[in-house]
Amino acid sequence: MRAAVIQFPGSNCDRDMAVALANVAGGAKNVSMVWHKDADLPKGLDVIGIPGGFSFGDYLRCGAIAARSPIMNAVVDFANKGGYVFGLCNGFQILTESGLLPGALMRNAGLKYICKDVELRVETTASPFTSRYTVGEVVTVPVAHHDGNYSADAETLERLVGDDRVAFRYTKNPNGSVDDIAGILSANKRVLGMMPHPERRADAQLGGTDGVRFFEGIADALVSA
Amino acid sequence: MKARVHVTLKNGVLDPQGAAVAHSLGALGFDGVNDVRQGKVIELDLAETDKAAAEASVKQMCEKLLANTVIENYSVEIL
Repeated sequence: MRAAVIQFPGSNCDRDMAVALANVAGGAKNVSMVWHKDADLPKGLDVIGIPGGFSFGDYLRCGAIAARSPIMNAVVDFANKGGYVFGLCNGFQILTESGLLPGALMRNAGLKYICKDVELRVETTASPFTSRYTVGEVVTVPVAHHDGNYSADAETLERLVGDDRVAFRYTKNPNGSVDDIAGILSANKRVLGMMPHPERRADAQLGGTDGVRFFEGIADALVSA
Repeated sequence: MKARVHVTLKNGVLDPQGAAVAHSLGALGFDGVNDVRQGKVIELDLAETDKAAAEASVKQMCEKLLANTVIENYSVEIL
């Protein structure tokens, strides 16, 4: 499996994401770091991760400037051809801003930056990212965001729920997200965005391993594909 | 030619910042503020000299970057 992590000015979870991917991809040699100004992706890529952080200082709107970076045209093309893409935290904001995922992430309902462990309920196993979990299982993963309040109109919400595209829900909603949504999937279930950070729970030495299966699921899908 | 863009949240989209401002105004004794909606003003200095062309161009900027039309409305003023 060959993976890429896109780096923007202000990304700060890029290396954590690369380590978590390297652990399931057969080592760091199979994970490329790609700069936002590049126009092309490395050849033979299987999966792209959009990391957390505060790309471009969250100017204008979180993820707005990053979503219009040169590399994002290639990422959107890759996703539209059926490639696997996931965005965590700021990565989720970038994916909604780029139009790959519906809805938007707004300021937390409590207006405060939230940095703590939260419990997530797995809502579907019908995606590579969630295939190693079980439906209804509760996992503990940290959040660290100021703008994680997921918003979507009623019609979009109905589509997400009806088509089994809600990946994770908060057991206790920390940020005001509609319908307690923490993470969603694209129509083909190959693009995922979520505010919590599975890459920060992908090593026992970093406090937990509930995030490991997120990455193992991606590797499973690519081996069997 | 200058343009001013107003970006506001769509009706029905909750505005936690506006709600906090309304709450604070109430605490300061300003009664009768029914609702507060917070938005953005973006001012642009354009090389374009034709008003209609400037307006069309700024609208495109709004659609592509300045506003997120999933949650925001925009209006363009050519000054």
